[in-house]
Amino acid sequence: MNEDNTILSINNVVKHFDISGGFLDQLRFKKGKIYLEKTTVKAVNDVSLFIKKGETLSVVGESGCGKSTLARVVLGLYPPNSGEVYYSGKRIDNLNHEQMLPFRKKMQMIFQDPYASLNPRKTVQQTLEEPLRFHHPEMSTSEINDKIDKVMEQVGVDQAWIKRYPHEFSGGQRQRISIARGLILDPEFIVADEPVSALDVSIQAQILNLLMKAGRERDLTYLFITHDLSVVRHISTRVAVMYLGTLCELAKAEDLFAKPQHPYTKALLSAIPVVGEKRAKHIKLKGEVPTPVNLPSGCVFHGRCVYANNRCVQEIPVLLTLDNGTRVACHAVEENRIKS
Amino acid sequence: MSHLLEVQDLEVKFALRFGDITAIDGVSFTLDKGEKLGLVGESGAGKSVTGFSIINLLSKPGYISRGKIWFEKNEISSYSDAQMRKIRGDRISMIFQDPMMTLNPVFTIGFQMVETIQAHRKISKAGAQKIALEKLKKVHIPSPEQRLGQYPHELSGGMRQRIIIAISLLTDPAIIIADEPTTALDVTIQAEIMDLLQELCETDNMALILITHDLGVVSQVTEKIAVMYAGKIIEYGSTDQVVKHPVHPYTEGLIKSIPGTVIKPGEDLVQIPGMMPTLTNIPPGCAFNPRCYLKDDICMTKTPELKDAGNSVLAACHMK
Amino acid sequence: MTKFQKFKESYFLYSFKRDKVAIASFIVLVILIILALTAPWIAPMNPYDAHNIDIMDSEIPPMWSDQGESRFILGTDNMGRDMLSTMLYGLRTSILIAVGAVFLQATIGILVGLTAGYIGGKTDAILMRIADIQFSFPYLMLAIFISAIFQAIYGIGSYERLAVPLLIVIIGLAEWPMYARTIRASVIGEVGKEYVEAARVIGLSRPTIMIRHVLPNSLTSLMVISTIQFANAVMSEAALSFLGMGMPVTKPSLGSLIQAGFDFIFSGSWWITIFPGIWLVLFVLVVNLLGDWLRDVLNPKLYKG
Repeated sequence: MNEDNTILSINNVVKHFDISGGFLDQLRFKKGKIYLEKTTVKAVNDVSLFIKKGETLSVVGESGCGKSTLARVVLGLYPPNSGEVYYSGKRIDNLNHEQMLPFRKKMQMIFQDPYASLNPRKTVQQTLEEPLRFHHPEMSTSEINDKIDKVMEQVGVDQAWIKRYPHEFSGGQRQRISIARGLILDPEFIVADEPVSALDVSIQAQILNLLMKAGRERDLTYLFITHDLSVVRHISTRVAVMYLGTLCELAKAEDLFAKPQHPYTKALLSAIPVVGEKRAKHIKLKGEVPTPVNLPSGCVFHGRCVYANNRCVQEIPVLLTLDNGTRVACHAVEENRIKS
Repeated sequence: MSHLLEVQDLEVKFALRFGDITAIDGVSFTLDKGEKLGLVGESGAGKSVTGFSIINLLSKPGYISRGKIWFEKNEISSYSDAQMRKIRGDRISMIFQDPMMTLNPVFTIGFQMVETIQAHRKISKAGAQKIALEKLKKVHIPSPEQRLGQYPHELSGGMRQRIIIAISLLTDPAIIIADEPTTALDVTIQAEIMDLLQELCETDNMALILITHDLGVVSQVTEKIAVMYAGKIIEYGSTDQVVKHPVHPYTEGLIKSIPGTVIKPGEDLVQIPGMMPTLTNIPPGCAFNPRCYLKDDICMTKTPELKDAGNSVLAACHMK
Repeated sequence: MTKFQKFKESYFLYSFKRDKVAIASFIVLVILIILALTAPWIAPMNPYDAHNIDIMDSEIPPMWSDQGESRFILGTDNMGRDMLSTMLYGLRTSILIAVGAVFLQATIGILVGLTAGYIGGKTDAILMRIADIQFSFPYLMLAIFISAIFQAIYGIGSYERLAVPLLIVIIGLAEWPMYARTIRASVIGEVGKEYVEAARVIGLSRPTIMIRHVLPNSLTSLMVISTIQFANAVMSEAALSFLGMGMPVTKPSLGSLIQAGFDFIFSGSWWITIFPGIWLVLFVLVVNLLGDWLRDVLNPKLYKG
């Protein structure tokens, strides 16, 4: 698993959330028997992937597919139920708070909602100096200020505004400040959780350009979480498609968009509205997305897939590697049942 | 006046503590039977306020300060609230981004649908239920009989939006105003809902005003498009023409800034510098001038009017 | 922009200036507090000092009545103390006790609420059940219980000296669950927000996140509840004193004054009860009115630029 330039690898990560609540909420009464029932959301199920240094790996999927949970497991915000996370070859998912600190400097996160991700009671200066003072207590105030000025300039926020509070900024500017906070510790690896979804179209382009520029200048590795496929196509080196907590397809961006393999990926790609194109024939899926509380048996996608057969209902497909390096978990692809 | 809906020089103001601010500034457009119009713009451009003012649903500090709205040859902008209620939700329906804004969580779907019909038509409960069922079938809801007895929370987001559409169809409206109807939904469901709206417009010859920030969605569904910026329509014309050959620099920038339209993956996107002004400090002259790459002296002083830019497109730009 | 300019342009001041009730309440409250705090200097006499009191002056009606004397504007009580002075001193004592009690409540409540809200799980369940149990005790019972223990230990003699701290402890202990619940609810709301996750990604420890990030964002609800709790504490103190478990008659608070006068109300000396009564109602009313206004202003759901 320790390929030379692998920066992060995730092995068989499982994350379930217990949402059954208190004792009384768990009580069930059925067929004359009283018993306790736990309700768990199976957010991430047995996901493995690795990220190479300097690349941008995007994780796409629709709401509830577990992409944000996966991001938080990677950063140690949620401990996984099972599986391991390695950073530069060192296992990090089982570290305690102190042991994790050296990795905190290297791994940072950019959040979706620029209105919630900045503490409303802290000025830009306070927000940006907090990580520095915490991780580099040896730095002098003037060193800290220099550093803040530099990062502010890089993300394109006027240094004169440093004493202002978040509510005085627009969404795009806040996202820039949020990115500045992510960059200030000079991390190697950044998890970006839907960083442009909450922004207006013209601002989205600014932020995407900023992220790509920062990536080039600082040689960053991104784990990019998003549902927006046009953004994914634009920025990614490789793309992982998730459905109901499971990885369905992992491929180079150009391969995925040129020749999607998994039936779900195909449906997803066909549904993107493209500017200037009249209603494209999108692939209709049957049924509804099942809840991650009661996962379907076998392939999680079988209830909505037109290619599903008995095997798909019973057997969980494993990722198989195709000639071009694309990895896909689908019985139909394996058996060559899909004609395209 | 042969148009189904005509909005003429609409101006909407909000009375705030530091004085009135203009949210909509001289907006005019028309809508014919069965026509689909897209109102596009970023947040704060005034597209939702335009939608709300058509059916006079402006919330408190907002009011229509100028302009007229005609619907089926009646001037509805001068209607009283009671007169308006006969039109709103009956001849003109509205669909919101969040289905739960319309659905009441404590009543069943069936109850809410029957209630809506009975508010507008004198009809028996059984008759109303029949209509409700028919409309649920029309929006392709699986097992519609069963849905009537269900509560909103028992349904998924996409299903709820279908129910909302079914409710808006109950009175066979002439116009549906859909305010970001799919923004909260996943792409696969968004595509289905858009298909549905388009299909309904075609089968029932219904007109649609689609309010959205998503140019992709608009270009797939609508025939006509009005691009809004800082309370004004800055480009107006056939969707195909505007999307493929935008005239106004803002429209052009907006389209080019979408990944995948003109720029290859990995390269820098075309970006419009700066951001839209807030309504309290709109720059003099053309509101877009601080962000425009074409600007000239005249743009700083004179506000451009919508004028013919060829190919039946109107654009508000001095430089074109 | 300076802080003062910002304040001048704030929504806070704007809505204050538009609300006549809030302005009137604020003016009355400020006057009452100034009167109470400066009582030793402005009151005609010191009612706590036995040397100033002459039993011959007892039960003199207000000066505008037939038998009134200009020395005693609002008359005297049954022990010959000037009513006006006693009311000023009484309000001072009431405010002192209420402030102390609110401070104690807030300290315990914030500590418990923060811990419960942030750690969650079993800690949360245990702490909040303790709060529930505390809440289901009437504070009168607690008061009787604590004063009984106290008097058993120190004897009745020292009661007069230690009545103020004792009342602070009683009222403080009785009402802290209000704070704990409010803070916990607010903390649970804040902890889900992304800025807390951002602080965790930086690597800050839990106590640091709680105190530096979460608590400052819970301050608004803290302010609102503090005004309500302050008014409640004044009322509780008055009630306890009225029942004879509060301030001793020698150092009367408003409650003990009302109680003292209550015995004489049927013998015609109405002023001993009525004046402190109005005084108390006025004070609690303006605090509540201001609290109401504050809740409306600070409620982010109602806040619209």
